[in-house]
Amino acid sequence: MAKILMKGNEAIALAAIKGGIDAFYGYPITPQNEIPEYLSKHMLDLGRVFLQSESEVSAINMVYGAAGAGKRVMTSSSSPGIALKQEGISYIAAAELPCVIVSVMRGGPGLGSIQPSQGDYYQATRGGGNGDYQLIVYAPESIQETIDIMKDSFNIADYYRNPVLVLVDGLIGQMMESVDFDKPVKERELPEKDWATNGTINHPGRRNVANSLHLDPYGLEQHNIHLQKKYNLIKENETAFELVNMKDAEYVIVAYGTMARICRSAIEMLNEKGIKVGMIRPITLWPFPEAAFDEISEKAKGILCCELSMGQMIDDVLIANNGRHKVGFFGRSGGVLPDPEEIVDAIVNFKDKVVK
Amino acid sequence: MRVKYEKSKGLTDTPLTYCPGCTHGIIHKLVAESLVELDILDKAIAIASVGCSVFSYQFFNCDAQQAPHGRACAEATGIKRVLPDNIVFTYQGDGDLASIGIAETIHAANRGENITVIFVNNAIYGMTGGQMAPTSLIGQKTTTSQDGRDQAHHGNPIKISEMFATIDGVAYLERVSVHDPKHYIKAKKAIKKAFRYQKEKRGFTMVELISTCPVNWGVKPVDAMKWVASDMIPVFPLGVFKDKGATNE
Repeated sequence: MAKILMKGNEAIALAAIKGGIDAFYGYPITPQNEIPEYLSKHMLDLGRVFLQSESEVSAINMVYGAAGAGKRVMTSSSSPGIALKQEGISYIAAAELPCVIVSVMRGGPGLGSIQPSQGDYYQATRGGGNGDYQLIVYAPESIQETIDIMKDSFNIADYYRNPVLVLVDGLIGQMMESVDFDKPVKERELPEKDWATNGTINHPGRRNVANSLHLDPYGLEQHNIHLQKKYNLIKENETAFELVNMKDAEYVIVAYGTMARICRSAIEMLNEKGIKVGMIRPITLWPFPEAAFDEISEKAKGILCCELSMGQMIDDVLIANNGRHKVGFFGRSGGVLPDPEEIVDAIVNFKDKVVK
Repeated sequence: MRVKYEKSKGLTDTPLTYCPGCTHGIIHKLVAESLVELDILDKAIAIASVGCSVFSYQFFNCDAQQAPHGRACAEATGIKRVLPDNIVFTYQGDGDLASIGIAETIHAANRGENITVIFVNNAIYGMTGGQMAPTSLIGQKTTTSQDGRDQAHHGNPIKISEMFATIDGVAYLERVSVHDPKHYIKAKKAIKKAFRYQKEKRGFTMVELISTCPVNWGVKPVDAMKWVASDMIPVFPLGVFKDKGATNE
């Protein structure tokens, strides 16, 4: 297939189909509505399952059911809707079931706005649900990268028996770009779903149960230790990031998603001014690419964390930096997108005032 | 020697965790027998809810999923839509179904999801220690209505079967009781019919079972059975609330 011009949300939906989705359950919320709208037509045409639920709470529990039954299942929502799904997400992670969740972030807190934001970094990486669990969180910066991740996401979820969260913002959801759906997906040898609750007729002599209840404290602790081992494996295997212009960079921006795109333009402008600026762009937010910070030159003068929030990823930047370099922050929130010039000014300001 | 009675193959060997005089054990048996008699046990997926029946995933001898509080019908929907030829049922108490999970239950019914809901109504929260339920009776003393349920303050006991009878997607709905052998036999018929309708892909089926909680009601098991007849059934009258009719009797 040649390149085609496509809107982000519709591309997410088509990429999910290409990635082998069996069922979609979701509830309307702006700015992600084109995902369920697209799937409502095409899933039924393909003989697959699409169902609009009565709430986000219900949708994520439908996902829990179908994931437990061994099917490739997905839901999508936006910030307040993802908040409602957190209970179910915790259960799904606890029961070690694979699924894909797409969050198209909008401004918050509360009902907030419907404009692009990155105010849900904590929600995605710390979880709003209860207990010690992690999602595998991807934060693509373009529609093409979103498509490539979406196509692989069901394989990753199945491989680790863990929910995958694809975290974009309203800008990526709503804009159009020229994209290619034919890029090959990484080959993974996927384990058989011999745990699926599809009736003992399919696995005689063994009852399959999807459950997150462990009343024995030692039993639950063992389950948590088992989960941590899996999370460590995910850290080893799946951490992804991009380094931009890092060789000899005096200043390093850390940014993801839409903010990283804006920073790319700012970096070019800064380099023209003779200020050497590079960028660490996390592609996975969890696991956070701590190793990327070893690539920062010892001579670098500082790190500027740039987010479309009041400062959330900066916690992970500070942990990864571990006191090596000075760290500053630039953020806009509420749905406000900065011009590249604002990033340029932020670096100049950081250079003049914070780093002496 | 002829075996006259044995435990249903629809139940595992795990000892039940229910209190003496609680009717969950009877209802489990009726569900298990129905699944075996209809030859659908190996296709069945049970959804355990939150409350005393949270461990039912250990008791029914089939595949199972344990749902978050109130979400059993959503989870059942998610499974049934991808496995339409399996048998999917939820097993929920009155706190789970009639309070926190009423939205999920109503919408599953309204979509006519081809699932079966076993709704166990004992007018109290058992697992958490006897708090007021949406189905608690007026005047009923609980740990959170210590002077008795007051209509002006707490509202009236919610009547689930009466409400659900108005929903078009419901194929079969009956309220039964298991407080004596006569009613027990009727309850078995109702449960089996509900599962048969599901097997025949007729739509949403629900059986409401009036149940006991002697420990949290603060009465002896025998008196609990009497209280079902004297106090609960007048508020929750038994009977068929909806039956779209069987063609393959």
